[in-house]
Amino acid sequence: MQITAALPVAKMVGANRLVLGNGIVHVVGDAKVSKEDEKKLRRRLVEQALAAMQK
Amino acid sequence: MRVVHYLNQFFGGLGGEEKAGTGLESRDGAVGPGKLLEQLLGSDCQVVTTLICGDNYAVENREALTAAVLKKVRTARADLFVAGPCFLAGRYGMVSGALCAAVQSKLNIPVITAMAAENPGADLYREFIYIVDSGDNGAKMRDVLTRMAALAQKLMRHETIGSPKEEGYLARGLIRDEFVERTAGERLVDMLLKKVRGEPFESEMSPTTFAPVPKPPAIADLTKARVMLVTDGGLVPKGNPDKIQGSAATRWGLYSIKGCQDLDGADYEISHGGYDPQFVRQDPDRLVPLDVMRDLEHEGVIGELHEEFISTSGLSNPLSNTRRMGREMAAKAKQLGIDAIILTST
Repeated sequence: MQITAALPVAKMVGANRLVLGNGIVHVVGDAKVSKEDEKKLRRRLVEQALAAMQK
Repeated sequence: MRVVHYLNQFFGGLGGEEKAGTGLESRDGAVGPGKLLEQLLGSDCQVVTTLICGDNYAVENREALTAAVLKKVRTARADLFVAGPCFLAGRYGMVSGALCAAVQSKLNIPVITAMAAENPGADLYREFIYIVDSGDNGAKMRDVLTRMAALAQKLMRHETIGSPKEEGYLARGLIRDEFVERTAGERLVDMLLKKVRGEPFESEMSPTTFAPVPKPPAIADLTKARVMLVTDGGLVPKGNPDKIQGSAATRWGLYSIKGCQDLDGADYEISHGGYDPQFVRQDPDRLVPLDVMRDLEHEGVIGELHEEFISTSGLSNPLSNTRRMGREMAAKAKQLGIDAIILTST
């Protein structure tokens, strides 16, 4: 399972469970929002990843 | 010409999988496929030594095996080192590739092996050595040995080696300058017209291809799963203990997060030359989501977070290298009993 901001690269090499991350510089973060909101975003991305692995 | 030939336990006649743990053995003269190889190489060539080793022993003791084989080849005063053919046998292919590459670089004599393009050894070593495309059918032994012998003869005589297609070896990704009559534009239009007409044509560029990766089965019960975090974003402990290069990395590291609830930027640095690292430096959870994984672990959503994460730097790296590291990481995760991996990529 891969979380990446560079989806086309991951698709090209054949990765089959993918979640689009939030930017190259912070795949599972966001420097522009509060710490609390950032953690919520991170949790959402990780939960998406876990959901993909159960399919 | 003196030839040393390497075989695994099966082709060397020791036995099947039950003999895969056998260490390196040496025989005078040709054994098994070596007899036909010797014939095909011609009367001036003699297989002086055959080295036989079990596949498991070879993979598990690769450094010791390589040192031992180099010594034997040197002692035999070999003019040519041959390994295989290996067809689809993965361990045999990887070891044959490694031994050929080592003999070529340390002893500077021609080397040749053969395996199927799908053999994991092919991707790892095709850039460094000539690997005859054996296909996956062991019944083609004579045909494969014939091509190996022909190519080996050319290598020993320092003759110009033709294209992969002409000689029957796996493309090494080498580009050779050549004088041609027609300009690139003319050749391109010619190819295009052939394509439009549905005629066969051969491109001068071979794009990199990726074999489909089979999708691993779904996790049946996440609440029992051991999850591991992996990143190619170059996050390493301060001081970069494994000296993981920031570009074209040849190494990866396994780093403890035991008892840690939240990664602290003061403990880590980033060895990756391909993105602005300031945000991850401020808070490494932005790359390796440890804080969230701990919450999910405490809530019982996942069974357990493995107490180490894997890291390397994914930038400007030859495929042979990244494939090797990927295989090593997967083997490590298997050994650790990991059920699921979340890989975060910049």
